[in-house]
Amino acid sequence: MSGAAVRITGDPEVCTGAGQCVLTDPAMFAQDDRGVVELRTHRAEGARVPRAREAVFLCPSGALSIVED
Amino acid sequence: MLNLDPEEVAKLPHYPVTRRCPYEIPEVYTRLRTEEPVSKVVMSDGQPVWFLSRYEDVRAVLSDPRFGADRLAEGFPNLALGQREGLSKQPKFMISMDGAEHSAVRRRVISDFSVRRVAELRPTIQKLVDDCVDRILDLPQPVDLVAELALPVPTLLLAELVGANHADHAYFIDLVHRMLWRKTSGEERVQISIGLRKYFDDLIAEKEAHPGDDLISRQIALQREETGEIDREGLNSLAQLLLIAGYESSASMIALGVHTFLTRPDWLAAIRTDPARTSVAVEELLRFYSILDVAAGRVALEDVEIGGETIRAGDGVMASVFAANRDPSAFPDPDRLDLERGARHHVAFGYGPHQCLGQNLSRLELQIVFDTLFARVPTLRLAVDEADLPFKYDALAFGLYELPVTW
Repeated sequence: MSGAAVRITGDPEVCTGAGQCVLTDPAMFAQDDRGVVELRTHRAEGARVPRAREAVFLCPSGALSIVED
Repeated sequence: MLNLDPEEVAKLPHYPVTRRCPYEIPEVYTRLRTEEPVSKVVMSDGQPVWFLSRYEDVRAVLSDPRFGADRLAEGFPNLALGQREGLSKQPKFMISMDGAEHSAVRRRVISDFSVRRVAELRPTIQKLVDDCVDRILDLPQPVDLVAELALPVPTLLLAELVGANHADHAYFIDLVHRMLWRKTSGEERVQISIGLRKYFDDLIAEKEAHPGDDLISRQIALQREETGEIDREGLNSLAQLLLIAGYESSASMIALGVHTFLTRPDWLAAIRTDPARTSVAVEELLRFYSILDVAAGRVALEDVEIGGETIRAGDGVMASVFAANRDPSAFPDPDRLDLERGARHHVAFGYGPHQCLGQNLSRLELQIVFDTLFARVPTLRLAVDEADLPFKYDALAFGLYELPVTW
């Protein structure tokens, strides 16, 4: 099911700025000037889906999650 | 605090476990992970604590708010004699805070360690490393790369970050080195803490009067803007934490990494033909050596069930990142150093809200060191037999005392 589109959510209140999402896919994730997660997109599909899942898995603070549409 | 019958305590494995080989994981870790993944060990002060060795459990505990990080809390695993006494005389470190208190302090400083900010430091790090290699090339051979490269690079970089005066490096290095030394007495540890605190008090006063482009000056500006008052104690513990956390650990990984490349021509050839592979190599080195296995202690704040065992409120827990990073369920054929392995999900930097703040800086530092050293000194080789290398089996952070090389 890695190809199905998913929705990504990021909680800036929970983020501790480890930046693992940015290192996984800088086209989907960024850090704002405070160093806190900023989503560049709220949806991932195709090859982006496994990378979104990887970012969620690597995120140490639990700030990221994926919602199946 | 985990209360056990003295007879039961006497039978427990001792922690920290001494490594006897740079590559192999102690047999007790593998045995416990296989036979009793939620087990118990006894710390050097005689305190029994829970010991977790599965990747899944380690990640779960380190990201679970029901486990606290306060090193002064009753039941928290004590690593060194005098640790509690030393810490009790200091302002609280960020790594000892939980929940909202931790989050507030950490968030004030994360912008200095964002991926972008770290990338901007590339020229600074490159210059530090180039200067070190320049000096090395002028030295009579053999040269000890621990003294001339592995220790200076992280200290110079940290000094640069906090805006410390370069003239004081020798004093810095001496204090921090003795503080981390396992055989340092409790009394001496307290004196070293006082010395470091005084050093940073002076530095903070200097930055208040003469701000620069550094982390301390930015924190002072931020605090002036937010509250109009400067939390000198908080800044002091932050500076100390950055220094302590980033010094020996980076130095150890530089030394172990250089050693690994020198003894594995295939790795060296791979990064020479494709420097993009250095970052993959760095992740695998971090996973494989897991030098700061001792760092991930916690204390249960309420009763929590893990792997069928009930960990009671007040029980100490050691979550072994070394054992987790060698768990075959997360890393197939885990005891093999594998350059093809994607090891980014390792827990060498910990996991959860306390995961190493400087991890991305550390990654970049290691990449630049390896790429620069092997490009500039292509004939570099060990000056002693591998069997004669002094590995730090008796230190809290694994590494090398010396790495004699020639070229």
